[in-house]
Amino acid sequence: MDVTSLFDALYGIPIVGILFQAVGFLVQVIPSNSPNIMNQATPLALAALCGVLCERSGVVNIGIEGTMLAAAFTAWVVGVAVNPMFGSPAPGEVFGLTIPLVICLVMAVLVAVLISWLHAWISISLRADQIISGTIINIAAFGVTGYLDQLISKTSPAGAGSFAAFRPPTFLTDLPVVGWLIDMFLHQGPIAMSSIVIIIGAQVWLFRSRWGLRTRAVGEHPRAAETVGIDVIRLRYRNVMLGGVFAGLGGAWLSIEATNSFQTGMTTGRGFIALAAMIMGRWTPIGAFGSALLFALFLQISQLIKIAPPTGDLGTIMGSVPAQLWDALPYILTIVILAGVVGRSIPPAADGQPYEREAAA
Amino acid sequence: MSGSPSADREPGTRGLLSRIWSVLALPVTVTVLAVLLGAAIILVSELLVPGKTFDWFLPLTAYGALVEGAVGGPDAIVSTLVNTTPLVFGGLAVGFGFKAGLFNIGAQGQFLVGALGAVIVGVWLADAPAVVAIPASALAGFIAGGLWGFVPGFLKAVSGAHEVVSTIMMNYIAVQLLAALVSGPLKVPRSPSPITYDVGNAAFPILLGRNGHLGILLAFLAALFVWWLLFRTTWGFEVRAVGANPDASRYAGMRPRLITIATMTFSGALAGLAGTSVLLGVTHSMTSSFGTTVGFDSIAVALLARSHPLVTIPAALLFGAMRAGAGLMQIRAQIPVELVDVLQAVIPLFLVASPVLRRVLGAAAPAGIGGVPASRGLATKVAA
Repeated sequence: MDVTSLFDALYGIPIVGILFQAVGFLVQVIPSNSPNIMNQATPLALAALCGVLCERSGVVNIGIEGTMLAAAFTAWVVGVAVNPMFGSPAPGEVFGLTIPLVICLVMAVLVAVLISWLHAWISISLRADQIISGTIINIAAFGVTGYLDQLISKTSPAGAGSFAAFRPPTFLTDLPVVGWLIDMFLHQGPIAMSSIVIIIGAQVWLFRSRWGLRTRAVGEHPRAAETVGIDVIRLRYRNVMLGGVFAGLGGAWLSIEATNSFQTGMTTGRGFIALAAMIMGRWTPIGAFGSALLFALFLQISQLIKIAPPTGDLGTIMGSVPAQLWDALPYILTIVILAGVVGRSIPPAADGQPYEREAAA
Repeated sequence: MSGSPSADREPGTRGLLSRIWSVLALPVTVTVLAVLLGAAIILVSELLVPGKTFDWFLPLTAYGALVEGAVGGPDAIVSTLVNTTPLVFGGLAVGFGFKAGLFNIGAQGQFLVGALGAVIVGVWLADAPAVVAIPASALAGFIAGGLWGFVPGFLKAVSGAHEVVSTIMMNYIAVQLLAALVSGPLKVPRSPSPITYDVGNAAFPILLGRNGHLGILLAFLAALFVWWLLFRTTWGFEVRAVGANPDASRYAGMRPRLITIATMTFSGALAGLAGTSVLLGVTHSMTSSFGTTVGFDSIAVALLARSHPLVTIPAALLFGAMRAGAGLMQIRAQIPVELVDVLQAVIPLFLVASPVLRRVLGAAAPAGIGGVPASRGLATKVAA
């Protein structure tokens, strides 16, 4: 019996056949869309990494969404301003990196770090409620970027340009079995490609370095950490601002790598989905990256179902659900994961608690 | 609402004026600071748009238009009241959650689903007598919003899923649900763009001026009702006790989990009424792009009012006036209406920085009042 007739036989089984059809759909869809999935996972993974760094040292950062939005806007607006100065084509191109785009990226990261500093100041120094601080950052980022976007749109600006994706040589991507994996990680723009390195580096850093040990100590028991001479306040500041670097990269991805434009509220909840990815990944960079990939897969599937639905009963079932509800799928998945369906994860013990030094005796 | 701080600040006088000032110092200072920052933003944004002569007085022109659009004449005042109505409901919703230590960022989603519930029943009862149609549609909006608040409340109580993330996810789901229904089963057949039928007799009657609908009255009554609920009933006491200290309230025989579910549901229902008031009072039908910034404005209202139900009214009036006047500001001064979003974000930002402000203001604002309402315990229970 050849393979296709085996598939036909499996797909034809009533009810259970749908499961086989779903598996078949995934097996068919994942390899051919692997670069897209990785691409969609990039901002989620970077934002989740920001969350990991903050929460491992005991600061809850709900404002990642707003930080990313502000970074996305900055990258775009700097591009609009800087691009004409360099003329076209932009000079100094290496792997899709041009001088104006690097300037955009640096400015986006700077703005994100600045906003993270604000969050750190409010939640660490002022010891205000961290959730409120994050929410205000989100509202403020939405308002300020929306306002400036309206103003700048009036001048109908030229595009900001965007990073080009690297194309791996075809002899690599055509390799059987592993070719699609190579394509997945190499057929990417500079931000997406470097995010893989960043995440692996952060994992090693967090669990194999002195800084990582101290970070985890401060997140679990700041008082004990302080007694052995760790400066809790300074470490928290540093980690939150370092997290801002990654949120900034994730934001810049939105406006100068995935697209070359800015829309009001273009983060569409990615900063919050990233928090769910962080929780699902048990507050580890690699785990968060894995969860980000899963979310990206769902994002991708919700797009594909509208363009190329699977055949058979599965397709009929999927087609009968309104298209808008497929768009809601990643959000529903986030709630399901938060509700602990995928297993409970335990946050760092001092997560979200402001730290107050004991008065000197 | 935000009069000039004329009260006597001398430390020795303990009269009525200094007491009023001690309550108003922070909100008034914060509002004044926000207005000044807004003026700075207007000046800076002039530099961003090339080809126009720089006008030092543009902030005055803009604010003048804003004030005129908000309170200049009966129509403007009614328009302010209409814009205030959903903010009162929304501010009450968010503030009620704060009281129990819950951060309901989902007012936006509950607003949309509440409006959805109201339009479904409203269209269904469009030809029924108004005495039946109006209460039934409003109740549907109330219940629908409550349902949308119940889900995160239930998940929080049962599995500890933090309400901040789950309510935000519910917001996005609400947007998609609304789009699916309005362009699907609720759509008027053969209409070029997705729109529902008119709610007909279920629409709120106009009581005041050109468009001052019944919802304005309901919003003010709701504020009184929530005040009564919080401060004059056992349930309200339990809500506040759980918000202040969940552990202590459990030892006192209360059930914090049940209170969490009930609070989120009621908070969602109030936000649902905000959507209902817009739908039955203003739009009367729904397009797939139905939605405003009410949900997020409500957070600013609740923070400014420090979750007090009665103070919610002046706080909502402030933001409602800004919304009402923004249109005229855009026409007169070419300042995008989004400036109001900026002001609304800046006000809570200054409020959070209130320890710094308090230092600047001296002893005028007592320590107990200046803080932001949500309990600190909230943040410790994040996620999992």
